[in-house]
Amino acid sequence: MARRFNIRMAGVGGQGVVTGSHILSTAVINAGGESTIVPFYGSEKRMAPVESYVRVSDEPIYEIGEITFPHIIIIFHPQVITHGKSYTMPFYYGLKEGGIALINNDGPMKLQKDQAHELEERRAKLYYIPATKISLEVSGMDLATNMALMGCIGAITGLTNMPALEQAVKDRFLGKGFVVSGGTAALDSVVERKFKKKQELIEKNVAVMRAAWNYAVDHGWAAKDVQRAEAPVAAAATA
Amino acid sequence: MSETEVKTNPQGDPITSVAAPKVEGKKDPHAEAKRQRVVTPEYMFFEAPRTREFITGSEAAKEAIRRSNVDLAVAYPITPQSETMQLVGVLYGEGYVKEYYRGEEEVGVMAAIAGGSRAGVRCFTATAGPGTLRGLEGIASWPGHRLPAVAMFTCRVVNAPLAIQPDNIEIAYLLNCGMIVFHAENQQDMFDFIMTGFVIGEKNDVTLPVGVCCDGFFVTHARGYVRMQDRGLKLPPRDPWRGAVPVLDAENPPARLSRDAPVQKSNFMAYNIHAVWQQEVWAAVERSRKYINRYMGGLLSAENVENADAVIIASGSAAAQSREAVRLCKEKGLNVGLIKIRSLRPFPTKELRELCGNVKLIVVPEFNYVGWLAKEVATAIYGYSKAKIIGGPRVYGGQSMPVELIVDEVESGLTGKKSTNVAVSQVMGGTVNPEEVAHFMRSI
Repeated sequence: MARRFNIRMAGVGGQGVVTGSHILSTAVINAGGESTIVPFYGSEKRMAPVESYVRVSDEPIYEIGEITFPHIIIIFHPQVITHGKSYTMPFYYGLKEGGIALINNDGPMKLQKDQAHELEERRAKLYYIPATKISLEVSGMDLATNMALMGCIGAITGLTNMPALEQAVKDRFLGKGFVVSGGTAALDSVVERKFKKKQELIEKNVAVMRAAWNYAVDHGWAAKDVQRAEAPVAAAATA
Repeated sequence: MSETEVKTNPQGDPITSVAAPKVEGKKDPHAEAKRQRVVTPEYMFFEAPRTREFITGSEAAKEAIRRSNVDLAVAYPITPQSETMQLVGVLYGEGYVKEYYRGEEEVGVMAAIAGGSRAGVRCFTATAGPGTLRGLEGIASWPGHRLPAVAMFTCRVVNAPLAIQPDNIEIAYLLNCGMIVFHAENQQDMFDFIMTGFVIGEKNDVTLPVGVCCDGFFVTHARGYVRMQDRGLKLPPRDPWRGAVPVLDAENPPARLSRDAPVQKSNFMAYNIHAVWQQEVWAAVERSRKYINRYMGGLLSAENVENADAVIIASGSAAAQSREAVRLCKEKGLNVGLIKIRSLRPFPTKELRELCGNVKLIVVPEFNYVGWLAKEVATAIYGYSKAKIIGGPRVYGGQSMPVELIVDEVESGLTGKKSTNVAVSQVMGGTVNPEEVAHFMRSI
């Protein structure tokens, strides 16, 4: 049977939801798997709802279009839930029986009674990861929140590995990948200036990913046989 | 003219813009195109080694045109479109396409394709949704004028209110034009169908335009793997004198038919001439079957149909969704087959009758409201199969079709449970209860 995950990512403009989905998709392909991505194009702007859909598998994927019934949903920002900043309402709409909701929040959220009940009914697994906190602690800024979530989901699906994720980040920022939009390209240059140089940017992003990967392993969320990822010796020396 | 003399235009103004001087050693932008080698269609389609690339459907169309020896491409960049014609413009810059220009709008574009094809050159254009319908007057006249050309339709919503998402209802209009119509599932089909379209449409006993349709955006804007021949190869040029009608000849049909009095009059001869001509157009559609079988491997492809509990029949993106539905059904222990229809005109009537003879349940998922494919399937197998035909699920207005909806229909069809997504009136075939349908029709 194919190992297959249809993933819906919901966040707000500026968090790199689409960029994150590109990196996960590339990382799964780098690791020898199959993946497709469908970004939802609406009226993108900072703090406005953004959705992106990624399919990952170890077998060919034929399906196209948006994902209505995901195995996994990733919530990039608590406001998706608290303020209803989502194209899909409630945030878990269509989540498959026994599906996973990976939520970026510092500890469990108090959900509305009926929503908590519905999630319980479909035996949803709620994983809360403090992705923004991890990003701040490891890289010194919150912009790598998406990287933390991608590292975490990489370990949960077990369809990629840290070297493949690292390569995907390099592809994205060293120009081998493709630019999502003109606005994103402009954002990139701002981010790059903040990090002084690209190499530093990549290392910090990868470090955040690795921390979140290990967070998933430590909490028992990771797929079978997925191990903690240790930092390369050379990188550890400079950190 | 001496060197000091200033060139002026007729008004006496000095001419300041002149052609760029030829720089020695400058690379000829057409150099690569000029080195292309003509190969036979048989070599191109069956023998030439291919390499795999990960590209969009629009890029796949561009690569097909690069290898198709196209003389004339006319663009009109309607929104919503795809960047296909823009990419073909790049090919013109590189010398792979001999003539290229932007039309005034679709009426002009389709007329230009008619003129080009009538003049005997190989023509290509692409349009979408509202553009297809605007150009339909011209498109519907191509088959009667026996004009081989390939037009790509990247289907989009055409109904009000406005939407720019995929919905393939426009194919319903194209099916009755008398042209050959293919429906591509993915980027690879896009590439293959365009190239084979030129070859099949230009066969002497066919001499018809070919419409290559796909569900826009899902195919044109998304990437997929495409296996392609070397870009140094191209198809033989169009040989217009092999066509069923003479090239640009006002003394012979069909040009003469339009010019001469009989057709303009309401008399027996006029009706007769027109009737015979239409019969001949549709006979030509029929004759294309053997070439579709030869170059495309059949009008349909069937997987796991024998001994299946149910069969899904689909074309275009719905076929892609159905592949996943088959996989999900398998995980649930249901044995489901898949028939993907490649050619809608001609329609694989004989093939479906043979394949569906013993099938109990047929599910026809579609990306449009009216369900043109379900009607085609039901008509084709009428009297040859007792299968219950579920005309759905359907999505329209641009929605993606959740695979789970198809699985639901297979399950409800097999268990007899009422479907939540498909109207009773859209369930056809042997096991339908006419009273139930009548009740539904009365209550809507």
